[in-house]
Amino acid sequence: MSAHDHDHMPITNGHEPAAAMRARALEELLVAKGVLRAEEIRAGIDWLVSRTPADGARLIARAWVDPEFKQRLLADARSAALELGLDPGPSPVVVALENTEVVHHMIVCTLCSCYPRALLGPPPAWYKSLPYRSRAVSDPHGVLAEFGLEIPDDVELRVLDSTADIRYLVIPRRPPGTDQLSEEQLAALVTRDSMIGVAQPSAPALA
Amino acid sequence: MTYRVGEPVTIATRAHSGHHRTPAYIKGKTGRIERLHAAFRNPETRAYGDDGLPEMPLYLVSFERSDLWPDTPAGGSHRIYVDVFEHWLEEPK
Repeated sequence: MSAHDHDHMPITNGHEPAAAMRARALEELLVAKGVLRAEEIRAGIDWLVSRTPADGARLIARAWVDPEFKQRLLADARSAALELGLDPGPSPVVVALENTEVVHHMIVCTLCSCYPRALLGPPPAWYKSLPYRSRAVSDPHGVLAEFGLEIPDDVELRVLDSTADIRYLVIPRRPPGTDQLSEEQLAALVTRDSMIGVAQPSAPALA
Repeated sequence: MTYRVGEPVTIATRAHSGHHRTPAYIKGKTGRIERLHAAFRNPETRAYGDDGLPEMPLYLVSFERSDLWPDTPAGGSHRIYVDVFEHWLEEPK
């Protein structure tokens, strides 16, 4: 029996992947047992897909132009996001980690796909892949080299495995030659991957 | 919170058949406390419909790469930082 007043076959294209079938079965059970309403599930999915890395980029650009804001971001990224009118999401603690001349951070979730979705949007497919999840902790230099990022020997590399309730966000280094750019122009340089710690921000376009 | 920043801790090796958030690659390994996050509901009971109370303290623990994978040559040195609940932490022997 479906949630409304008649039985019917599920609406699919006939080639539904196993994971999608499992998700749909779970969704139907949750609704049938009264745990969630279908509208709540739809609203949750709408929220997830509406998030983009532009929100994270606004935080980073503000931190680059305002040292006091950067200190507040490092102390409590959730409050800093709220200060800019951004939605930091359901995670009670968001931690921002600053890349410097001597320290580089990168983020992984070896157990599943924990990710600061509220500020970065849905994680890229590679972030959820087994090769990234296993190699990011055991051979991060090799992984970063495949992303085109060389970490010099004198830079301390820190890999954050987000295994619990904390969500991590990297504050990448501000690119050289950007002194004249506005906060908005700076935000356009902050890529998703640079906030995961697998890339540097984009270089500014030559004037 | 029982442990302090900078203190060495060893991750418990005890068997745990159900859902838990302590990755296998750090079990039995010794690292050091980097941050005291806060207390959070226990995912080991929440996963089965329980309320996850009492909340358990959560720490950020860091490990030297060579302590986790001593036999694997690395492209460089790095440290791994993992969030671990207090009931998985032990004093090093």
